[in-house]
Amino acid sequence: MEYYLQLIINGLVVGSIYSLVALGFVIIFKATKVVNFAQGELVMVGAYICFALTVQFQLPFLASFLLTLVFSIVLATVVERLILRPLIGEPIISVIMVTIGLSSMLKSFVQMVWGTQIQVFPAILPQEPYMLLGLPIAPVYVAAFGLSALLFGVFSLFFKYSSLGIAMRATAFDQQAAQSMGIGIKSIFALSWCIAAVVSSIGGIILGNINGINAQLGHLGLKVFPAVILGGLDSLLGAALGGLIIGVLENICEGAAKDLFGLGGFKEVASFLILVVILMVKPYGLFGTKEIERV
Amino acid sequence: MNILQVQNLEVVYNDVVLVLKGLSLDVASGSITTLLGANGAGKSTTLKAVSGLLAGENGKVTSGSVLYDGADTVRLSPEKLVRAGVFQVMEGRRIFEDLTVEENLRCGAYTQPARLFAHNAEKVYSYFPRLRERRHQLAGYMSGGEQQMLAIGRAVMACPKLLLLDEPSLGLAPLLVEEIFDIVRRINATEGVSVLLVEQNARMALSLADYGYIMENGRIVMDGKGEDLLRNPDVQEFYLGLGHGGEKRSYHDVKHYRRRKRWLG
Ligand SMILES: Nc1ncnc2c1ncn2[C@@H]1O[C@H](COP(=O)(O)OP(=O)(O)OP(=O)(O)O)[C@@H](O)[C@H]1O
Ligand SMILES: [Mg+2]
Repeated sequence: MEYYLQLIINGLVVGSIYSLVALGFVIIFKATKVVNFAQGELVMVGAYICFALTVQFQLPFLASFLLTLVFSIVLATVVERLILRPLIGEPIISVIMVTIGLSSMLKSFVQMVWGTQIQVFPAILPQEPYMLLGLPIAPVYVAAFGLSALLFGVFSLFFKYSSLGIAMRATAFDQQAAQSMGIGIKSIFALSWCIAAVVSSIGGIILGNINGINAQLGHLGLKVFPAVILGGLDSLLGAALGGLIIGVLENICEGAAKDLFGLGGFKEVASFLILVVILMVKPYGLFGTKEIERV
Repeated sequence: MNILQVQNLEVVYNDVVLVLKGLSLDVASGSITTLLGANGAGKSTTLKAVSGLLAGENGKVTSGSVLYDGADTVRLSPEKLVRAGVFQVMEGRRIFEDLTVEENLRCGAYTQPARLFAHNAEKVYSYFPRLRERRHQLAGYMSGGEQQMLAIGRAVMACPKLLLLDEPSLGLAPLLVEEIFDIVRRINATEGVSVLLVEQNARMALSLADYGYIMENGRIVMDGKGEDLLRNPDVQEFYLGLGHGGEKRSYHDVKHYRRRKRWLG
Protein backbone atom coordinates (compact mmCIF):
# COMPACT_ATOMS: atom_id res chain seq x y z
CA MET A 1 0.00 0.00 0.00
CA GLU A 2 2.68 2.39 1.01
CA TYR A 3 4.52 1.42 -2.14
CA TYR A 4 1.57 2.53 -4.27
CA LEU A 5 1.03 5.71 -2.31
CA GLN A 6 4.62 6.59 -2.96
CA LEU A 7 4.06 5.86 -6.64
CA ILE A 8 1.06 8.16 -6.71
CA ILE A 9 3.00 10.97 -5.09
CA ASN A 10 5.91 10.60 -7.50
CA GLY A 11 3.40 10.45 -10.32
CA LEU A 12 1.76 13.68 -9.22
CA VAL A 13 5.08 15.47 -9.11
CA VAL A 14 6.27 14.27 -12.50
CA GLY A 15 2.74 14.79 -13.79
CA SER A 16 2.76 18.39 -12.67
CA ILE A 17 5.82 18.90 -14.86
CA TYR A 18 4.07 17.22 -17.78
CA SER A 19 1.22 19.63 -17.11
CA LEU A 20 3.51 22.63 -17.37
CA VAL A 21 4.96 21.47 -20.64
CA ALA A 22 1.49 20.58 -21.89
CA LEU A 23 0.38 24.08 -20.95
CA GLY A 24 3.06 25.51 -23.19
CA PHE A 25 2.10 23.18 -25.99
CA VAL A 26 -1.58 24.05 -25.70
CA ILE A 27 -0.94 27.78 -25.63
CA ILE A 28 1.01 27.62 -28.88
CA PHE A 29 -1.54 25.33 -30.46
CA LYS A 30 -4.48 27.49 -29.44
CA ALA A 31 -3.05 30.78 -30.55
CA THR A 32 -1.18 29.78 -33.68
CA LYS A 33 -2.55 26.32 -34.61
CA VAL A 34 1.04 25.09 -34.72
CA VAL A 35 1.64 21.57 -33.39
CA ASN A 36 5.00 22.08 -31.76
CA PHE A 37 7.15 18.98 -31.83
CA ALA A 38 10.01 20.91 -30.26
CA GLN A 39 8.23 21.44 -26.95
CA GLY A 40 10.35 18.83 -25.18
CA GLU A 41 13.53 20.42 -26.51
CA LEU A 42 12.47 23.75 -25.03
CA VAL A 43 12.35 21.92 -21.70
CA MET A 44 15.81 20.50 -22.29
CA VAL A 45 17.41 23.76 -23.37
CA GLY A 46 15.96 25.54 -20.34
CA ALA A 47 17.33 22.89 -18.02
CA TYR A 48 20.81 22.99 -19.58
CA ILE A 49 21.05 26.76 -19.58
CA CYS A 50 20.15 26.87 -15.91
CA PHE A 51 22.61 24.05 -15.22
CA ALA A 52 25.37 25.90 -17.05
CA LEU A 53 24.73 29.13 -15.19
CA THR A 54 24.61 27.51 -11.75
CA VAL A 55 27.36 24.92 -12.11
CA GLN A 56 29.70 26.23 -14.79
CA PHE A 57 29.34 29.95 -14.12
CA GLN A 58 28.75 29.54 -10.38
CA LEU A 59 25.85 31.99 -10.24
CA PRO A 60 23.42 31.79 -7.34
CA PHE A 61 20.49 29.55 -8.23
CA LEU A 62 17.88 32.29 -8.19
CA ALA A 63 19.91 34.44 -10.57
CA SER A 64 20.45 31.60 -13.00
CA PHE A 65 16.78 30.69 -12.77
CA LEU A 66 15.76 34.21 -13.77
CA LEU A 67 18.43 34.46 -16.46
CA THR A 68 17.21 31.17 -17.90
CA LEU A 69 13.73 32.62 -18.20
CA VAL A 70 15.14 35.65 -19.99
CA PHE A 71 17.06 33.36 -22.29
CA SER A 72 13.89 31.35 -23.02
CA ILE A 73 12.05 34.49 -23.98
CA VAL A 74 14.82 35.51 -26.35
CA LEU A 75 15.01 32.04 -27.86
CA ALA A 76 11.25 31.86 -28.35
CA THR A 77 11.13 35.28 -29.94
CA VAL A 78 13.89 34.40 -32.36
CA VAL A 79 12.34 31.06 -33.25
CA GLU A 80 8.92 32.58 -33.77
CA ARG A 81 10.17 35.54 -35.73
CA LEU A 82 12.70 33.80 -37.98
CA ILE A 83 11.32 30.30 -38.37
CA LEU A 84 7.59 30.24 -37.83
CA ARG A 85 6.29 33.61 -38.89
CA PRO A 86 7.38 33.22 -42.51
CA LEU A 87 5.36 30.01 -42.54
CA ILE A 88 2.04 31.62 -41.61
CA GLY A 89 -0.52 30.42 -44.12
CA GLU A 90 1.64 27.52 -45.35
CA PRO A 91 0.35 23.94 -45.20
CA ILE A 92 0.21 22.46 -41.72
CA ILE A 93 2.55 19.64 -42.67
CA SER A 94 5.34 22.07 -43.56
CA VAL A 95 4.95 23.75 -40.21
CA ILE A 96 5.10 20.42 -38.41
CA MET A 97 8.22 19.41 -40.32
CA VAL A 98 9.83 22.68 -39.32
CA THR A 99 9.15 22.13 -35.63
CA ILE A 100 10.60 18.61 -35.94
CA GLY A 101 13.68 20.11 -37.56
CA LEU A 102 13.87 22.65 -34.78
CA SER A 103 13.77 19.90 -32.18
CA SER A 104 16.75 18.14 -33.82
CA MET A 105 18.68 21.38 -34.00
CA LEU A 106 18.14 22.16 -30.34
CA LYS A 107 19.07 18.64 -29.34
CA SER A 108 22.27 18.63 -31.39
CA PHE A 109 23.17 21.99 -29.96
CA VAL A 110 22.85 20.67 -26.42
CA GLN A 111 24.85 17.52 -27.21
CA MET A 112 27.55 19.60 -28.86
CA VAL A 113 27.98 21.89 -25.90
CA TRP A 114 27.34 19.62 -22.94
CA GLY A 115 27.79 16.10 -24.26
CA THR A 116 25.43 13.20 -23.65
CA GLN A 117 26.25 12.06 -20.13
CA ILE A 118 23.97 12.84 -17.23
CA GLN A 119 24.57 16.11 -15.38
CA VAL A 120 23.50 16.73 -11.83
CA PHE A 121 22.24 19.96 -10.35
CA PRO A 122 23.64 20.89 -6.95
CA ALA A 123 21.05 20.44 -4.20
CA ILE A 124 19.26 23.74 -3.67
CA LEU A 125 16.63 22.69 -1.20
CA PRO A 126 17.25 20.84 2.07
CA GLN A 127 17.43 17.05 1.71
CA GLU A 128 15.61 16.29 4.96
CA PRO A 129 12.22 14.87 3.84
CA TYR A 130 8.85 16.04 5.13
CA MET A 131 6.53 13.43 6.48
CA LEU A 132 3.10 13.22 4.88
CA LEU A 133 0.71 10.46 5.93
CA GLY A 134 3.71 8.66 7.26
CA LEU A 135 5.52 8.87 3.94
CA PRO A 136 8.77 10.72 3.46
CA ILE A 137 8.55 13.39 0.75
CA ALA A 138 11.55 15.35 -0.48
CA PRO A 139 11.20 19.13 -0.24
CA VAL A 140 12.10 19.42 -3.91
CA TYR A 141 8.96 17.42 -4.72
CA VAL A 142 6.83 19.76 -2.70
CA ALA A 143 8.43 22.76 -4.35
CA ALA A 144 7.96 21.25 -7.81
CA PHE A 145 4.31 20.59 -7.28
CA GLY A 146 3.73 23.96 -5.64
CA LEU A 147 5.48 25.87 -8.40
CA SER A 148 3.48 24.12 -11.12
CA ALA A 149 0.24 24.77 -9.30
CA LEU A 150 1.20 28.40 -8.83
CA LEU A 151 1.97 28.83 -12.52
CA PHE A 152 -1.33 27.28 -13.48
CA GLY A 153 -3.11 29.63 -11.12
CA VAL A 154 -1.33 32.63 -12.56
CA PHE A 155 -2.12 31.67 -16.14
CA SER A 156 -5.75 30.93 -15.42
CA LEU A 157 -6.12 34.41 -13.97
CA PHE A 158 -4.19 35.88 -16.88
CA PHE A 159 -6.47 34.27 -19.47
CA LYS A 160 -9.60 35.10 -17.56
CA TYR A 161 -9.00 38.70 -16.53
CA SER A 162 -6.22 40.46 -18.40
CA SER A 163 -6.86 42.19 -21.71
CA LEU A 164 -3.92 40.45 -23.25
CA GLY A 165 -5.09 37.04 -22.07
CA ILE A 166 -8.58 37.64 -23.40
CA ALA A 167 -7.10 38.88 -26.68
CA MET A 168 -5.12 35.64 -26.91
CA ARG A 169 -8.27 33.59 -26.51
CA ALA A 170 -10.03 35.75 -29.08
CA THR A 171 -7.16 35.23 -31.52
CA ALA A 172 -7.37 31.50 -30.92
CA PHE A 173 -11.02 31.57 -31.86
CA ASP A 174 -10.92 33.79 -34.96
CA GLN A 175 -7.71 35.45 -36.10
CA GLN A 176 -9.23 37.79 -38.64
CA ALA A 177 -11.95 38.95 -36.31
CA ALA A 178 -9.28 39.56 -33.65
CA GLN A 179 -7.34 41.65 -36.15
CA SER A 180 -10.46 43.66 -36.87
CA MET A 181 -10.53 44.59 -33.15
CA GLY A 182 -7.06 46.05 -33.43
CA ILE A 183 -5.39 43.05 -31.79
CA GLY A 184 -1.90 42.62 -33.26
CA ILE A 185 -1.96 38.91 -33.92
CA LYS A 186 1.74 38.73 -34.70
CA SER A 187 2.61 39.92 -31.22
CA ILE A 188 0.09 37.43 -29.87
CA PHE A 189 1.90 34.65 -31.73
CA ALA A 190 5.24 35.80 -30.35
CA LEU A 191 3.81 36.05 -26.86
CA SER A 192 2.45 32.50 -27.05
CA TRP A 193 5.86 31.17 -27.93
CA CYS A 194 7.44 33.13 -25.10
CA ILE A 195 4.98 31.82 -22.53
CA ALA A 196 5.40 28.28 -23.83
CA ALA A 197 9.19 28.51 -23.65
CA VAL A 198 9.12 29.98 -20.17
CA VAL A 199 6.83 27.37 -18.64
CA SER A 200 8.74 24.59 -20.41
CA SER A 201 12.09 25.72 -19.14
CA ILE A 202 10.69 26.02 -15.63
CA GLY A 203 9.57 22.42 -16.06
CA GLY A 204 13.07 21.52 -17.21
CA ILE A 205 14.72 23.22 -14.26
CA ILE A 206 12.45 21.45 -11.79
CA LEU A 207 13.10 18.12 -13.44
CA GLY A 208 16.82 18.77 -13.43
CA ASN A 209 16.67 19.36 -9.70
CA ILE A 210 14.86 16.10 -9.16
CA ASN A 211 16.50 13.69 -11.58
CA GLY A 212 19.47 15.43 -13.14
CA ILE A 213 19.52 16.08 -16.85
CA ASN A 214 20.78 14.43 -19.98
CA ALA A 215 20.30 14.95 -23.68
CA GLN A 216 17.32 12.59 -23.70
CA LEU A 217 15.27 15.08 -21.69
CA GLY A 218 13.60 16.22 -24.89
CA HIS A 219 11.72 12.92 -25.06
CA LEU A 220 9.55 14.44 -22.40
CA GLY A 221 7.90 16.27 -25.28
CA LEU A 222 6.49 12.95 -26.45
CA LYS A 223 4.94 12.31 -23.03
CA VAL A 224 3.16 15.56 -23.39
CA PHE A 225 1.16 14.31 -26.36
CA PRO A 226 -0.85 11.81 -24.35
CA ALA A 227 -1.34 14.50 -21.73
CA VAL A 228 -2.68 17.15 -24.11
CA ILE A 229 -4.69 14.80 -26.23
CA LEU A 230 -6.20 13.33 -23.11
CA GLY A 231 -7.03 16.78 -21.81
CA GLY A 232 -8.31 18.04 -25.16
CA LEU A 233 -5.91 19.88 -27.42
CA ASP A 234 -7.25 23.31 -26.61
CA SER A 235 -8.01 23.36 -22.91
CA LEU A 236 -5.77 24.67 -20.14
CA LEU A 237 -7.55 22.80 -17.39
CA GLY A 238 -7.33 19.77 -19.62
CA ALA A 239 -3.58 20.20 -19.93
CA ALA A 240 -3.25 20.37 -16.16
CA LEU A 241 -5.33 17.30 -15.45
CA GLY A 242 -4.04 15.41 -18.47
CA GLY A 243 -0.48 15.87 -17.24
CA LEU A 244 -1.31 14.77 -13.71
CA ILE A 245 -3.28 11.75 -14.85
CA ILE A 246 -0.56 10.57 -17.21
CA GLY A 247 2.07 11.10 -14.53
CA VAL A 248 0.19 9.09 -11.93
CA LEU A 249 -0.99 6.33 -14.24
CA GLU A 250 2.39 5.70 -15.79
CA ASN A 251 3.99 5.44 -12.38
CA ILE A 252 1.34 3.07 -11.13
CA CYS A 253 1.53 0.92 -14.27
CA GLU A 254 5.28 0.76 -14.04
CA GLY A 255 5.15 -0.06 -10.36
CA ALA A 256 2.42 -2.65 -10.75
CA ALA A 257 4.17 -4.34 -13.64
CA LYS A 258 7.30 -4.61 -11.55
CA ASP A 259 5.48 -5.62 -8.39
CA LEU A 260 3.15 -8.22 -9.89
CA PHE A 261 4.95 -9.54 -12.95
CA GLY A 262 8.52 -8.53 -12.36
CA LEU A 263 8.53 -6.58 -15.62
CA GLY A 264 10.53 -3.36 -15.98
CA GLY A 265 10.50 -0.46 -18.42
CA PHE A 266 6.74 -0.38 -18.70
CA LYS A 267 6.67 3.36 -18.02
CA GLU A 268 7.42 4.49 -21.55
CA VAL A 269 4.54 2.64 -23.16
CA ALA A 270 2.06 2.99 -20.33
CA SER A 271 1.05 6.54 -21.13
CA PHE A 272 0.34 5.71 -24.75
CA LEU A 273 -1.71 2.67 -23.82
CA ILE A 274 -3.73 4.81 -21.45
CA LEU A 275 -4.18 7.36 -24.20
CA VAL A 276 -5.60 4.83 -26.63
CA VAL A 277 -8.03 3.46 -24.07
CA ILE A 278 -9.30 6.88 -23.03
CA LEU A 279 -9.69 8.14 -26.57
CA MET A 280 -11.82 5.14 -27.40
CA VAL A 281 -14.21 6.29 -24.69
CA LYS A 282 -13.93 10.07 -25.14
CA PRO A 283 -12.74 10.97 -28.65
CA TYR A 284 -12.48 14.71 -27.91
CA GLY A 285 -10.37 14.14 -24.85
CA LEU A 286 -11.67 14.92 -21.39
CA PHE A 287 -12.13 18.64 -21.90
CA GLY A 288 -11.79 19.28 -25.63
CA THR A 289 -14.29 21.59 -27.28
CA LYS A 290 -17.01 20.20 -29.38
CA GLU A 291 -18.00 23.27 -31.41
CA ILE A 292 -20.94 25.14 -29.94
CA GLU A 293 -24.04 24.16 -31.86
CA ARG A 294 -27.01 26.48 -31.67
CA VAL A 295 -30.38 25.16 -32.66
CA MET B 1 -15.22 67.52 -45.49
CA ASN B 2 -14.89 63.85 -46.28
CA ILE B 3 -13.58 61.51 -43.64
CA LEU B 4 -13.02 58.83 -46.28
CA GLN B 5 -12.15 59.15 -49.95
CA VAL B 6 -11.64 56.05 -52.04
CA GLN B 7 -10.20 56.83 -55.43
CA ASN B 8 -9.96 54.50 -58.44
CA LEU B 9 -9.33 51.54 -56.21
CA GLU B 10 -8.24 48.27 -57.76
CA VAL B 11 -8.00 45.12 -55.68
CA VAL B 12 -6.64 41.76 -56.75
CA TYR B 13 -7.00 38.48 -54.84
CA ASN B 14 -4.28 35.83 -55.06
CA ASP B 15 -2.46 37.92 -57.65
CA VAL B 16 -5.00 36.99 -60.33
CA VAL B 17 -8.61 37.81 -59.57
CA LEU B 18 -9.38 41.47 -60.18
CA VAL B 19 -12.33 42.24 -57.92
CA LEU B 20 -12.43 46.04 -57.64
CA LYS B 21 -11.94 47.74 -60.96
CA GLY B 22 -11.45 51.41 -60.25
CA LEU B 23 -13.95 52.04 -57.49
CA SER B 24 -14.38 55.55 -56.10
CA LEU B 25 -16.56 56.74 -53.26
CA ASP B 26 -16.61 59.35 -50.51
CA VAL B 27 -17.97 59.32 -46.99
CA ALA B 28 -18.75 62.78 -45.68
CA SER B 29 -17.76 63.43 -42.05
CA GLY B 30 -20.64 62.69 -39.73
CA SER B 31 -22.77 61.11 -42.43
CA ILE B 32 -24.23 57.66 -42.97
CA THR B 33 -23.27 56.49 -46.43
CA THR B 34 -24.48 53.23 -47.84
CA LEU B 35 -22.93 50.93 -50.43
CA LEU B 36 -25.36 48.60 -52.18
CA GLY B 37 -24.88 45.85 -54.70
CA ALA B 38 -25.57 42.26 -55.59
CA ASN B 39 -23.73 39.25 -54.18
CA GLY B 40 -20.15 39.18 -55.27
CA ALA B 41 -20.12 42.81 -56.44
CA GLY B 42 -17.16 43.54 -54.18
CA LYS B 43 -18.77 45.34 -51.26
CA SER B 44 -16.99 43.43 -48.52
CA THR B 45 -13.76 43.72 -50.45
CA THR B 46 -14.16 47.49 -50.49
CA LEU B 47 -14.60 47.60 -46.72
CA LYS B 48 -11.61 45.34 -46.14
CA ALA B 49 -9.48 47.52 -48.36
CA VAL B 50 -10.39 50.45 -46.12
CA SER B 51 -9.85 48.61 -42.82
CA GLY B 52 -6.62 46.90 -43.82
CA LEU B 53 -8.02 43.38 -43.51
CA LEU B 54 -7.28 42.44 -47.11
CA ALA B 55 -3.74 41.30 -46.51
CA GLY B 56 -4.88 38.39 -44.35
CA GLU B 57 -6.91 37.11 -47.31
CA ASN B 58 -4.18 37.37 -49.87
CA GLY B 59 -5.81 40.46 -51.34
CA LYS B 60 -3.83 43.44 -52.55
CA VAL B 61 -4.57 47.01 -53.54
CA THR B 62 -2.87 47.29 -56.92
CA SER B 63 -3.79 50.85 -57.74
CA GLY B 64 -5.77 53.81 -56.50
CA SER B 65 -5.84 55.23 -53.01
CA VAL B 66 -7.74 55.19 -49.75
CA LEU B 67 -7.61 58.54 -47.96
CA TYR B 68 -8.77 58.53 -44.35
CA ASP B 69 -8.77 61.98 -42.77
CA GLY B 70 -6.77 63.09 -45.78
CA ALA B 71 -3.92 60.61 -45.36
CA ASP B 72 -3.28 57.53 -47.49
CA THR B 73 -3.84 54.40 -45.42
CA VAL B 74 -3.44 51.62 -47.97
CA ARG B 75 -0.26 50.25 -46.40
CA LEU B 76 -1.38 50.47 -42.77
CA SER B 77 -2.02 47.37 -40.66
CA PRO B 78 -5.48 46.78 -39.21
CA GLU B 79 -4.11 47.48 -35.70
CA LYS B 80 -2.90 50.91 -36.71
CA LEU B 81 -6.16 51.66 -38.47
CA VAL B 82 -8.27 50.66 -35.47
CA ARG B 83 -6.12 52.91 -33.31
CA ALA B 84 -6.62 55.69 -35.84
CA GLY B 85 -10.40 55.25 -35.58
CA VAL B 86 -11.40 52.95 -38.46
CA PHE B 87 -13.40 49.96 -37.25
CA GLN B 88 -15.01 47.28 -39.40
CA VAL B 89 -17.88 45.14 -38.17
CA MET B 90 -17.32 42.14 -40.39
CA GLU B 91 -19.94 40.27 -42.36
CA GLY B 92 -21.46 37.38 -40.42
CA ARG B 93 -20.88 39.07 -37.01
CA ARG B 94 -17.74 37.04 -36.24
CA ILE B 95 -18.20 37.17 -32.50
CA PHE B 96 -15.87 35.14 -30.28
CA GLU B 97 -18.23 32.35 -29.37
CA ASP B 98 -16.32 30.82 -26.51
CA LEU B 99 -15.84 34.17 -24.79
CA THR B 100 -18.55 35.77 -22.69
CA VAL B 101 -20.41 38.85 -23.87
CA GLU B 102 -18.34 41.07 -21.63
CA GLU B 103 -15.08 39.48 -22.76
CA ASN B 104 -16.11 40.17 -26.34
CA LEU B 105 -16.55 43.80 -25.37
CA ARG B 106 -13.09 43.75 -23.78
CA CYS B 107 -11.74 42.67 -27.16
CA GLY B 108 -13.51 45.57 -28.83
CA ALA B 109 -11.91 47.86 -26.24
CA TYR B 110 -8.46 46.35 -26.81
CA THR B 111 -6.98 49.56 -28.21
CA GLN B 112 -8.59 51.80 -25.57
CA PRO B 113 -7.18 52.64 -22.13
CA ALA B 114 -8.53 50.26 -19.47
CA ARG B 115 -9.96 53.07 -17.36
CA LEU B 116 -12.50 53.88 -20.09
CA PHE B 117 -13.89 50.35 -20.13
CA ALA B 118 -16.64 50.75 -17.55
CA HIS B 119 -17.88 53.97 -19.10
CA ASN B 120 -17.93 52.63 -22.65
CA ALA B 121 -19.49 49.32 -21.63
CA GLU B 122 -22.23 51.30 -19.92
CA LYS B 123 -22.81 53.08 -23.21
CA VAL B 124 -23.09 49.78 -25.08
CA TYR B 125 -25.50 48.40 -22.49
CA SER B 126 -27.67 51.48 -22.80
CA TYR B 127 -27.90 50.99 -26.56
CA PHE B 128 -28.45 47.26 -26.17
CA PRO B 129 -30.02 46.50 -22.79
CA ARG B 130 -30.26 42.83 -23.76
CA LEU B 131 -26.50 42.57 -23.72
CA ARG B 132 -26.38 43.72 -20.13
CA GLU B 133 -28.64 40.89 -19.02
CA ARG B 134 -26.47 38.40 -20.84
CA ARG B 135 -23.07 39.82 -20.15
CA HIS B 136 -21.69 36.77 -18.33
CA GLN B 137 -23.13 34.35 -20.85
CA LEU B 138 -21.06 32.67 -23.52
CA ALA B 139 -21.56 34.68 -26.70
CA GLY B 140 -21.92 31.54 -28.81
CA TYR B 141 -25.20 30.72 -27.13
CA MET B 142 -26.87 34.01 -28.05
CA SER B 143 -29.40 34.45 -30.84
CA GLY B 144 -28.36 35.87 -34.20
CA GLY B 145 -29.86 39.25 -33.37
CA GLU B 146 -28.08 39.45 -30.04
CA GLN B 147 -24.84 38.47 -31.72
CA GLN B 148 -25.25 41.31 -34.20
CA MET B 149 -25.86 43.68 -31.31
CA LEU B 150 -22.71 42.40 -29.69
CA ALA B 151 -20.77 42.88 -32.91
CA ILE B 152 -21.88 46.51 -33.07
CA GLY B 153 -21.32 46.88 -29.33
CA ARG B 154 -17.71 45.79 -29.76
CA ALA B 155 -17.31 48.51 -32.34
CA VAL B 156 -18.70 51.13 -29.97
CA MET B 157 -16.11 50.03 -27.39
CA ALA B 158 -13.33 51.00 -29.79
CA CYS B 159 -14.62 54.60 -30.03
CA PRO B 160 -14.21 54.73 -33.82
CA LYS B 161 -14.50 57.79 -36.01
CA LEU B 162 -15.37 55.78 -39.09
CA LEU B 163 -17.55 52.70 -38.65
CA LEU B 164 -17.69 50.17 -41.48
CA LEU B 165 -20.76 47.94 -41.19
CA ASP B 166 -20.97 44.88 -43.41
CA GLU B 167 -24.53 43.62 -43.81
CA PRO B 168 -25.76 44.03 -40.25
CA SER B 169 -29.25 42.92 -41.33
CA LEU B 170 -28.05 39.53 -42.57
CA GLY B 171 -30.44 36.81 -41.47
CA LEU B 172 -32.43 38.95 -39.03
CA ALA B 173 -36.20 39.35 -38.74
CA PRO B 174 -37.53 42.66 -40.16
CA LEU B 175 -38.42 44.05 -36.75
CA LEU B 176 -34.93 43.39 -35.45
CA VAL B 177 -33.40 44.95 -38.55
CA GLU B 178 -35.36 48.07 -37.81
CA GLU B 179 -34.16 48.07 -34.21
CA ILE B 180 -30.55 47.67 -35.27
CA PHE B 181 -30.75 50.36 -37.93
CA ASP B 182 -32.32 52.66 -35.41
CA ILE B 183 -29.38 52.14 -33.10
CA VAL B 184 -26.93 52.72 -35.93
CA ARG B 185 -28.65 56.06 -36.46
CA ARG B 186 -28.38 56.88 -32.75
CA ILE B 187 -24.72 55.91 -32.63
CA ASN B 188 -24.10 58.09 -35.65
CA ALA B 189 -25.89 61.03 -34.06
CA THR B 190 -24.67 60.81 -30.46
CA GLU B 191 -21.13 59.55 -30.92
CA GLY B 192 -20.55 61.59 -34.06
CA VAL B 193 -19.32 58.48 -35.87
CA SER B 194 -19.34 58.49 -39.66
CA VAL B 195 -20.79 55.26 -41.03
CA LEU B 196 -20.20 53.35 -44.23
CA LEU B 197 -22.97 50.77 -44.39
CA VAL B 198 -22.90 47.83 -46.80
CA GLU B 199 -26.33 46.28 -47.29
CA GLN B 200 -28.45 43.93 -49.32
CA ASN B 201 -31.57 45.43 -47.80
CA ALA B 202 -31.62 48.43 -50.11
CA ARG B 203 -34.84 50.00 -48.95
CA MET B 204 -33.88 50.12 -45.29
CA ALA B 205 -30.37 51.24 -46.07
CA LEU B 206 -31.40 54.04 -48.39
CA SER B 207 -34.00 55.39 -46.01
CA LEU B 208 -31.37 55.50 -43.29
CA ALA B 209 -28.48 56.84 -45.32
CA ASP B 210 -27.66 60.40 -46.29
CA TYR B 211 -25.93 59.25 -49.42
CA GLY B 212 -25.84 56.00 -51.35
CA TYR B 213 -23.68 54.21 -53.88
CA ILE B 214 -24.68 51.27 -55.99
CA MET B 215 -21.95 49.00 -57.23
CA GLU B 216 -21.79 46.22 -59.74
CA ASN B 217 -18.88 44.11 -60.70
CA GLY B 218 -16.26 46.10 -58.89
CA ARG B 219 -17.38 49.57 -59.93
CA ILE B 220 -19.84 52.21 -58.79
CA VAL B 221 -22.67 52.39 -61.29
CA MET B 222 -24.88 54.94 -59.62
CA ASP B 223 -24.83 57.29 -56.68
CA GLY B 224 -26.95 59.97 -55.11
CA LYS B 225 -28.72 61.14 -51.97
CA GLY B 226 -30.54 58.40 -50.13
CA GLU B 227 -34.01 59.74 -50.80
CA ASP B 228 -33.21 60.44 -54.47
CA LEU B 229 -32.02 56.90 -55.03
CA LEU B 230 -35.13 55.59 -53.28
CA ARG B 231 -37.25 57.51 -55.79
CA ASN B 232 -35.11 56.66 -58.78
CA PRO B 233 -37.14 54.42 -61.14
CA ASP B 234 -34.16 52.23 -62.08
CA VAL B 235 -33.30 51.63 -58.46
CA GLN B 236 -36.94 50.98 -57.63
CA GLU B 237 -37.18 48.50 -60.41
CA PHE B 238 -33.98 46.56 -59.95
CA TYR B 239 -32.95 46.96 -56.33
CA LEU B 240 -36.19 47.48 -54.53
CA GLY B 241 -38.04 44.89 -56.59
CA LEU B 242 -40.82 47.29 -57.60
CA GLY B 243 -41.95 47.72 -61.19
CA HIS B 244 -43.48 51.03 -62.23
CA GLY B 245 -46.90 49.61 -61.56
CA GLY B 246 -45.79 48.42 -58.15
CA GLU B 247 -45.70 44.71 -59.07
CA LYS B 248 -42.64 42.59 -58.39
CA ARG B 249 -40.34 41.95 -61.31
CA SER B 250 -38.78 38.58 -61.81
CA TYR B 251 -35.15 37.79 -61.21
CA HIS B 252 -34.77 37.21 -64.93
CA ASP B 253 -35.34 40.91 -65.58
CA VAL B 254 -32.82 41.81 -62.99
CA LYS B 255 -30.27 39.61 -64.66
CA HIS B 256 -31.16 41.16 -67.98
CA TYR B 257 -30.63 44.58 -66.49
CA ARG B 258 -27.25 43.55 -65.16
CA ARG B 259 -26.24 42.29 -68.53
CA ARG B 260 -27.31 45.57 -70.08
CA LYS B 261 -25.52 47.47 -67.37
CA ARG B 262 -22.36 45.53 -67.94
CA TRP B 263 -22.37 46.37 -71.62
CA LEU B 264 -22.98 50.01 -70.85
CA GLY B 265 -20.40 50.19 -68.10
N1 LIG C 1 -10.32 35.91 -50.15
C1 LIG C 1 -10.73 35.87 -51.43
N2 LIG C 1 -10.00 35.23 -52.34
C2 LIG C 1 -10.40 35.18 -53.64
N3 LIG C 1 -11.50 35.76 -54.09
C3 LIG C 1 -12.27 36.43 -53.23
C4 LIG C 1 -11.93 36.52 -51.85
N4 LIG C 1 -12.87 37.23 -51.21
C5 LIG C 1 -13.76 37.58 -52.16
N5 LIG C 1 -13.41 37.11 -53.37
C6 LIG C 1 -14.14 37.30 -54.61
O1 LIG C 1 -14.30 38.67 -54.82
C7 LIG C 1 -15.61 38.95 -55.30
C8 LIG C 1 -16.26 39.99 -54.43
O2 LIG C 1 -16.41 39.47 -53.13
P1 LIG C 1 -17.02 40.30 -51.94
O3 LIG C 1 -17.01 39.44 -50.74
O4 LIG C 1 -16.33 41.60 -51.84
O5 LIG C 1 -18.50 40.51 -52.46
P2 LIG C 1 -19.74 41.17 -51.73
O6 LIG C 1 -20.22 42.28 -52.57
O7 LIG C 1 -19.43 41.50 -50.33
O8 LIG C 1 -20.78 39.98 -51.80
P3 LIG C 1 -21.87 39.52 -50.71
O9 LIG C 1 -23.04 40.42 -50.86
O10 LIG C 1 -22.20 38.11 -51.13
O11 LIG C 1 -21.24 39.56 -49.37
C9 LIG C 1 -16.34 37.62 -55.33
O12 LIG C 1 -16.37 37.20 -56.67
C10 LIG C 1 -15.52 36.72 -54.50
O13 LIG C 1 -15.57 35.42 -55.01
MG1 LIG D 1 -19.96 40.73 -48.53
